[in-house]
Parts: sequence; C-alpha cells; structure tokens
Amino acid sequence: MVTNVTNLSRSGLYDWMAQRVSAVLLAVYVLFLLGYLICNPGLTYADWQGLFAQNWMRIFSILALVALSVHAWVGMWTISTDYLTPMALGKSATVVRFLFQAVCGLVMFVLFVWGVQILWGN
Amino acid sequence: MSVNIAVNSKRPVNLDLRTIKLPVTAYTSILHRISGVILFVAIAILLWMLDTSLSSESGFEQVKSCLQNPLAKLVIWGILSALLYHLIAGVRHLVMDAGVGEGLESGKRGSQVVIVVSAIVIVLLGVWIW
Repeated sequence: MVTNVTNLSRSGLYDWMAQRVSAVLLAVYVLFLLGYLICNPGLTYADWQGLFAQNWMRIFSILALVALSVHAWVGMWTISTDYLTPMALGKSATVVRFLFQAVCGLVMFVLFVWGVQILWGN
Repeated sequence: MSVNIAVNSKRPVNLDLRTIKLPVTAYTSILHRISGVILFVAIAILLWMLDTSLSSESGFEQVKSCLQNPLAKLVIWGILSALLYHLIAGVRHLVMDAGVGEGLESGKRGSQVVIVVSAIVIVLLGVWIW
C-alpha cells in the first residue's frame, strides 16, 4: 500500500476516486459552458452576467471550482511524484518535489479564492 | 534476509524513456499529462477572462475585443484543445475503469480512437474560433 504524507487523502484508492468524481463534474461543467457559448454566438453582457447571477449557476460553478482544485492537486501530485524523483534529480529530489507541491498547492488555493470572489464577491 | 537482498539487487531500474520505444498508448498517456499541466497554467487565464467579462459591460467588451486578436485566438485554441483532449482521454480512462478496453489490442485501439476523435474536435474548435 502506498503511504505518502503529501497525497490528498493518504490513500491511493481514495485519491483515485476523488480524481474520477471530480473529472466527471468538470466534464459536465465544461460541456455545459462550451455548449452555452456555441449556442449563443451573439452573446451580450446582460445574458452572460444574467447566467452567472443565477443561484444554480453559482452553485454549479463553485462545485466545478472545488472539483478543479481536487483534480489539479491529485494530477500535479501524481506528476511530481513520477518525475521529480531521486533517479531524475539525485539527492535534492525530495526538497525539489516538496517545494513544487507546495507551490502547486498555494497557486491552486489562490485561484480557488479568486474564483469564489468572482462568483460571489460582487 | 539474504533472499531479500538478492531480490532487491535484481530489480530492474531502467525507466529511462529515451531508451524505450513507446507504443501509441504511451503517447496518449503522456499527452494526457502534458495537457493537464497546460490546463493548470491556463486556469489563471480563464479566471481572468471570467473575472473581467463579468465585472462590467466594458470589461465584457474588453474580453471580446481581446479575443479578436489572432494571437489570443491561437492561445484560446491551444487551451481549448488541451482541455478537450484531456476530457476525451479522461473518458477513455473511465471506460477502462469499467473494465472495457484494457487488453493489449483493445487498449491500442482505444488510444487510436482518442487521437482520431480529438483531432476532429480540435479542428472543429479551430473552425468555431475563426
């Protein structure tokens, strides 16, 4: 069993599940938003602002934002543990990997808060 | 104890990708990862567009006119291509999680389907953007 203190849930199985559930949510959100944009070629500010003013759209968007945060973390964590290894980087691998993960986590947190501000701040 | 040492010493450690000939499944896999990293970077761009377009009427027009710029169109095309490739390759993962297409041959076929479908979608995206 993989036990690594930096992964999301300290359980590979749970991370795997979180990645899948968030993926499905993100796929639905992306397809909805792309479909909306494709179906409304002459989109005005009033339409656009009206869409994001609706409560269901705000909840849907926040849900997608949470899913994005989880998904991005699991993905970037997976990549960092696969490539930022002692084989690739030698002795400094653990430090480099930890710093990379810290930056990813911090960036994702800032993006999440920014996203919440966009959706509910104004 | 001695058995352990013997086993450990025989573990293959060569995973140097430059010395391994990659099958099609490996290319779709690494593209899935590369597109994922691109999307992580792109979140900031997309949030900026959402923020500005929702902030005011003039912000909305600003994003709209920005998207008339050929370079901006190229960037958006790149981001959306990465997004849809990542989505399509992700759907293949879910299909494989359900136990379909996990074999050597069916796995290769799945990868080929991902490449063909993605190529079509990416071209259609280009048509939509331009």
